[in-house]
Amino acid sequence: MLKPKVPLEKQKVMPVNGDEAVAYAVKQCLVDVVAAYPITPQTIIVERFSEFVANGEVKTQYVPVESEHSAMSACIGAAAAGARAFTSTSAQGLALMWENLYIASGLRLPIVMAVVNRALSAPINIHCDHSDAYGMRDSGWIQLFVENSQEAYDTTIQAFKIAEHPEVQLPVAVNLDGFFLSHTLENVYMLPDEEVRNFLGGYRKPVKTYIDYLNREVEYKLDPANPLSIGPLDLYDYYFEHKMPQVEAMRKASDVVREVNEEWRELTGRSYGDGVIDSYAVEDADVVAIVLGSSAGTMKYVASVMRQKGFKVGVVRLRMFRPFPFNEVRDLLKGVKAVGVMDRGLSFGSFGPLYLEVSTALYYSKERPLLVNYVYGLGGRDLSPAMAEEVFMDLTKVAELGEVKEYLKFIGVRS
Amino acid sequence: MCGAEEVSEVSSGNPQPEIGPIEYEYGKEHSLPLEFNLRKLAETRKPILLPGHRLCAGCGAAIVVKLIGYALRGPTVIANATGCVEVATTIFPYTSWAIPWIHVAFENAAAVASGIEAAYKALQETGRLPYKNIDVIALAGDGGTYDIGIQALSGMAERGHKVLYVLYDNEAYMNTGIQRSGGTPMFAWTTTSPVGSAIPGKTQPKKPIADIMVAHRIPYVATATAAHWADLFRKVRKGLEVNGPAFLHVLSSCNRGWRHGLETAVEISRRAVDTCYFPLWEYKLGEGYYLTDRSLQIARNPKLKQPIEKYLELQERFRHILRPEGKELLKQLQEYVDAVWQDLLSRAVNAPK
Repeated sequence: MLKPKVPLEKQKVMPVNGDEAVAYAVKQCLVDVVAAYPITPQTIIVERFSEFVANGEVKTQYVPVESEHSAMSACIGAAAAGARAFTSTSAQGLALMWENLYIASGLRLPIVMAVVNRALSAPINIHCDHSDAYGMRDSGWIQLFVENSQEAYDTTIQAFKIAEHPEVQLPVAVNLDGFFLSHTLENVYMLPDEEVRNFLGGYRKPVKTYIDYLNREVEYKLDPANPLSIGPLDLYDYYFEHKMPQVEAMRKASDVVREVNEEWRELTGRSYGDGVIDSYAVEDADVVAIVLGSSAGTMKYVASVMRQKGFKVGVVRLRMFRPFPFNEVRDLLKGVKAVGVMDRGLSFGSFGPLYLEVSTALYYSKERPLLVNYVYGLGGRDLSPAMAEEVFMDLTKVAELGEVKEYLKFIGVRS
Repeated sequence: MCGAEEVSEVSSGNPQPEIGPIEYEYGKEHSLPLEFNLRKLAETRKPILLPGHRLCAGCGAAIVVKLIGYALRGPTVIANATGCVEVATTIFPYTSWAIPWIHVAFENAAAVASGIEAAYKALQETGRLPYKNIDVIALAGDGGTYDIGIQALSGMAERGHKVLYVLYDNEAYMNTGIQRSGGTPMFAWTTTSPVGSAIPGKTQPKKPIADIMVAHRIPYVATATAAHWADLFRKVRKGLEVNGPAFLHVLSSCNRGWRHGLETAVEISRRAVDTCYFPLWEYKLGEGYYLTDRSLQIARNPKLKQPIEKYLELQERFRHILRPEGKELLKQLQEYVDAVWQDLLSRAVNAPK
């Protein structure tokens, strides 16, 4: 492997939790406007960032809005004015933003948001699950999930580059598990400020687009020299056509996520699979568990232990949930006997959202593995190594039996 | 007051304003004088709202927006809440906006404007804003202000963003077809406060939104109407010039919802002031309330004050209280208007004591 452009000894090791890792990343990204509202477990991000502002360490305008709805609204306004904008939230806060999530993507504004995953009410709960992230599944945001705080730092920086890529121009949500990552101390390698700024190409530059009534190419922003009307009423005669570039941008986002992952590897020496999927011991595996977020660590550890005992088990961690890597998942699982999809969230009356995606991916596979949905860890319940082993053992049984008796199973819940 | 002669001069003359986008060159000084000569204004100043929009014939809001445009001082951006003005001025592929304009959602014009203002500040502080200043205006109707948007508005005011928030108040959800709002006056008919045999229209009075904004202790709050256009010009300009949030409450009639003739939008606004239903005033932080224009004249000469019927008689939405059986309700409404007027007189610095 080539030596990274910034070798490890030139990177600063900081003992930080996941929230702080995000805050430090944002500090280095020449962000113009941060508009955010505190909510557990995201709060540390806004606290740390406020300190950077208070100490004059950044030139960012920090807008301490009165709600998450206004947080996203202010980010939309700021991004439309040509600024680089960031926000972060969790659970109820994300739910309150909901209508604006669609507007941010529909207006093609490259906002970056850290979603510190937390269970949705009721009952009210502050701990981790992915019900909040699943709720924004269809909103047109790119959704990335990280496994640890190092990845939270790296991915936050990458997110700006992905969002602002001329072929993408979509908002990006960086998901990190509440408490498991947000409040857990970890040594994180950080780049010098200059390297981050160079990686992003300096301040945000809005893309240029041709505007017929001005009869010229102008930057897409609120600019008194080039008066644009952004967000007009758009009815059945145009709305559909205007949704198609969004479809296309999502399609292109996969490649961009991969490219940026590769660029990051060259710069820092760190990469996360191909940027889209980070798999462990899948090549010759009979059974595979698919998972999002920090639980991947537990799954990989247990898989390594079971491998030593002779079980051919593997783990697929999806780093990217939107756009969903259908082809990659299908190809990767070719020849696997049984696949367990681990959902830290549920669509009531159906299966877990991740399971639905994976089964769609596998439908077109000629060698379709058996598929089981394991719902686990709701409301922050820990996924213990014993539960992980239970999943692998269950999948092994399914593989041996050659059929699935129960498609939807709940792991670690009292009866 | 600028005279009526100037108004008739414009309507009888032919000065055709240049139509099209208003483009402010980078790096140049842009400071437009506040012009009260309507002819000169029409000949030299491009309108911010271009013809061809789909607002109803006789709509008060179109007049209000156009007048506000004539009082701008240079590069300006508008954040528009969902509402009549938003839907009727931008149906794709057309736009009537000659200056930068954005619509995001219903309840968040103030928050969007906050973000825009913060962005320009950030650009300015890092040497990337090609202008000395860009003014930011949030524009919303009564639904987007009194009701669903009050949280974002209050937040914007509390945080001190340099934004002029303009409320064009047509006193109901007109865009969805005349439903009651917090800005609908007492006893007015709407489709969700219908006049029935048990309930005579809306039973609650109008929320004192401008006073609520005064209570935020922002630098400038004022009321205005299209009928008192010079007063409106001055207030728009003051609102843009103060160093912080400003709130301008403009009464804006809706002939569909108020049930009046197409030609009476301005006349109704005049009568709203003449009857003290909608007094004209401004509030300057540290100084207090000042009556302006016609309302100051009425305060000085109470004989000028007209009975509320003068305002109601042009509008079918109040038809039921002008009938003999509505006498008691009419009395209640008059008492309410009088009480609010007296309260204002007691607070106004320039009212005769």
